[in-house]
Amino acid sequence: MEKLVIIFFSVVLINNFVLAKFLGLCPFLGVSKEFKASMSMGVAVTFVMTMASIVTWFFYNFFLVPYKLEFLQTLVFIVVIATFVQFVEMIIAKTSPPLQEALGIYLPLITTNCAVLGVSLLNVKEGYNLIEATVNGFGGGIGFTMAMLLMAGIRERLELCEVPECMKGFPIAFIITSMLAFSFFGFQGFFAK
Amino acid sequence: MADLKRFKEEFVKGIGGENPTFRLVIGMCPPLAISTAVINGFGMGLAATFVLLGSNIMVSLIRNFTPSKVRLPIFIIIISTFVTITDLFTEAFTPDLHKALGIFIPLIVVNCIILARAEAFASKQPLLYSIADGLGMGVGFTLAITLISTIREMLGNGTFLGHAVFGASYEPAIVMILAPGAFLTMGLLIGLMNHLGRKK
Repeated sequence: MEKLVIIFFSVVLINNFVLAKFLGLCPFLGVSKEFKASMSMGVAVTFVMTMASIVTWFFYNFFLVPYKLEFLQTLVFIVVIATFVQFVEMIIAKTSPPLQEALGIYLPLITTNCAVLGVSLLNVKEGYNLIEATVNGFGGGIGFTMAMLLMAGIRERLELCEVPECMKGFPIAFIITSMLAFSFFGFQGFFAK
Repeated sequence: MADLKRFKEEFVKGIGGENPTFRLVIGMCPPLAISTAVINGFGMGLAATFVLLGSNIMVSLIRNFTPSKVRLPIFIIIISTFVTITDLFTEAFTPDLHKALGIFIPLIVVNCIILARAEAFASKQPLLYSIADGLGMGVGFTLAITLISTIREMLGNGTFLGHAVFGASYEPAIVMILAPGAFLTMGLLIGLMNHLGRKK
């Protein structure tokens, strides 16, 4: 139990996927212009990351390991994730139109979000069991959402500021991210023994 | 020789006007994550160039009989095949580099540059231009990532390719090789590129 808590907090705060591991930057920079869209994207990513951790864990341990096909993990994982996202999209479209409206365009984009494939690969690398992998995926998604919401809040205010012409858009977003990453350093040593 | 002229144009655009990192701002994860040392940056650039070239060639070759509805899964499978080749190859011949790049080699699969070029260019253009496009984009990416890692390694470690450049009295700014330094360098560089591009 203690280990699970540590995995969760370290992936949310200390090893945040966006700010410390540089994963999932495309949606982080692309969608974080407004608060509401960031929230939808965050929820969608958290859901897919958690589920992808579970699904790829089963595929790796019950399919790739017994047949000694570990070298195919990249290929198998990406196909599994893409299929899974497509599947979720179909279910949501059938069962919950309002949810589909909210997540709409974000779901297909998640297939090429490197945080999702990244978390599956990291689970294998760390040798996590099923529950640890799930917690890692869920925590990673929460960390992603948190970074995204912080960023969206700052960027909405930035609209009112005068930024030098050549720094508008991406450059200033990177500099803000740099400062966010700085402040997240404060959490290091949280679990230091 | 109109062919050769266009070949050159497609090649040059990836390095300058449509540089994936500084102009299009896509595929940002690797340039930020592994640009802590020049050798890692350059290695990553080469790996991505190989995958980009391979996937552009394959996608262009099969463009006339790829059903448009399932084209994306097909592209992804082609790309991940080349990524797996790169992964195994680097593991066998350059184990140190493979260890330093870690999960970012398999993550080339989801690098937006490669899928974007397959979808936007190679699936519609003949083989020759697709090769030029893949090479150009790859070289542009390699140059960008090498530039960033040069800055970060020199400021953060005081070295270039492992050789000390500033003399013994230099105290390295360690933050430059940590996460915030990556974002800061990238932000300032894109800003600089915008500034220079506007002047022309």
